[in-house]
Amino acid sequence: MSFFTSSDFTTGQKLLEVIYIVIGLITLYTGIKNARDKENPSRFGTALFWCTLGVVLAFGRWIPPKAVGVLVLIMTIPAIFKKVKIGKVDAPSEKSMKAMFDKVGMKVFLPALSIGVFAILFAIFLPAIGAIVGIGAGIIVSIILLIAFDRDNTPKVFLNDSERLMSAVGPLSMLPMLLASLGAIFTAAGVGDVIASLVGKVIPQGNVNVGIIVFAIGMMLFTIIMGNGFAAITVMTVGIGAPFVLNYGADPVVIGMIALTCGYCGTLCTPMAANFNIVPVAMLDMKDKWGVIKNQIVPALFLIVFQIIYMIICK
Amino acid sequence: MHYLVLLGILIVIVGFALKLDSILIIVVASVATALLGGLGIGGLLETLGTSFVANRSMAIFILIMLVTGTLERNGLKNAAAHLIGKVKNASSGKVIGAYGIMRGIFAAFNVSFGGVAGFVRPIIMPMAIGAIEAEGHEPNEEHVEELKGMASGMENIAWFFCQVLFVGGAGGLLVQSTLAPLGYDVSLLDLAKAEIPVAIFAVAVGIIYYYLKDKKLRKKYYGDEK
Repeated sequence: MSFFTSSDFTTGQKLLEVIYIVIGLITLYTGIKNARDKENPSRFGTALFWCTLGVVLAFGRWIPPKAVGVLVLIMTIPAIFKKVKIGKVDAPSEKSMKAMFDKVGMKVFLPALSIGVFAILFAIFLPAIGAIVGIGAGIIVSIILLIAFDRDNTPKVFLNDSERLMSAVGPLSMLPMLLASLGAIFTAAGVGDVIASLVGKVIPQGNVNVGIIVFAIGMMLFTIIMGNGFAAITVMTVGIGAPFVLNYGADPVVIGMIALTCGYCGTLCTPMAANFNIVPVAMLDMKDKWGVIKNQIVPALFLIVFQIIYMIICK
Repeated sequence: MHYLVLLGILIVIVGFALKLDSILIIVVASVATALLGGLGIGGLLETLGTSFVANRSMAIFILIMLVTGTLERNGLKNAAAHLIGKVKNASSGKVIGAYGIMRGIFAAFNVSFGGVAGFVRPIIMPMAIGAIEAEGHEPNEEHVEELKGMASGMENIAWFFCQVLFVGGAGGLLVQSTLAPLGYDVSLLDLAKAEIPVAIFAVAVGIIYYYLKDKKLRKKYYGDEK
């Protein structure tokens, strides 16, 4: 608790920590609810996953790093063995949603948009506090508005709906965070230097424009192979982006971010991104398995060219 | 030179290409890289723990889930259907274009209406097909097939390239967390701002491409010139 009274930390950092504690508690609730849910076929595994995650999120600052590392690895075990499952689902019916729309109407866009609005407001006007805390503020406003619209929106409803969504997404929601940690491990192990020395034999080091083109096309290619732009950005930024482009003074904001969306050009073209390109075929009863991808290739090509030019100009 | 340390990268690429369990791939790649890179188990745990705690901002989506489900419960999807329904007298191509704009704007606020299953199938496709009928034509099967592909394409393009405008979205957070250990500190707001030209270009390309394609198809199947 001395953290919160200490003057060594900024208000922004303290508020952020409060947000992490809330997030951790929501996650712990998901674990506990599923542990008590008789309709969940894997109560222990599901609870273990969410509860270890919840502990790391809420109390991570006060747990020694190596212990956090152990907890994270423990967390992945039920996920890998497919022991994280869904219990009873209490989704709103079409009828009840329509009834709510008739009652609340277009006003529902206000709490929906408030999250993004507050994120931007805090990012622009309160940069020391930050966008993430801004999202927290937006969520509070959103909750207040929803409660004002209908008394039936009790805290329990919010919590149960969040559990419903978290359980639906499941352990894969942790993929980005695990990928970021993998990137840190790559960097600590010197992977970037090794790749730089290898690739440097083919591509001249120091020519930033060539580096940008290789980074962009590499991102698209690896995303096509892996089906996952997030995995590609981790590997490519450490291996190509940093040593061949950023090291020569290019703007990390432009290069770092646009490289990711160059990867998205690959996502548009690959059957490996099944959720986006193959599932809709089934959803829409399409005859051509490639029907979605075929309609995305031309825009993807325009976008990769545009982004390469953009990066070269704005580096 | 430590070439063995690249085994981790190979594991990631091959693992994802073979569609193995994603989390398993990352754990194995992490352990392999740490051991081959001389970090040892201690270094693995230390780096894993430190980075996970440092990247907790990436878990903000959990807080957002606190309202997402309840928004849906309160008729958000119905409101969106009502909004797009205000687009009147549009050709099928224009319906898709209008959807692209709506999807893109809301994506910038991280608001989704249920994707292909939740919105394209029940709302957009009937609107697009209805647009053909409103012009007095019997919808041609191949035209509708293409419309399905175009609607899904618009759905994906608008979401991918506009959701990065949300300050606090997963993409920006990952880029920020990937650059930090490399020594580059970037702000989420700057990352989002950098994407604005790309987002606009993406939606524009989608709208124009699908509009022209639809126009060509309508001419082919119905002899339409409008």
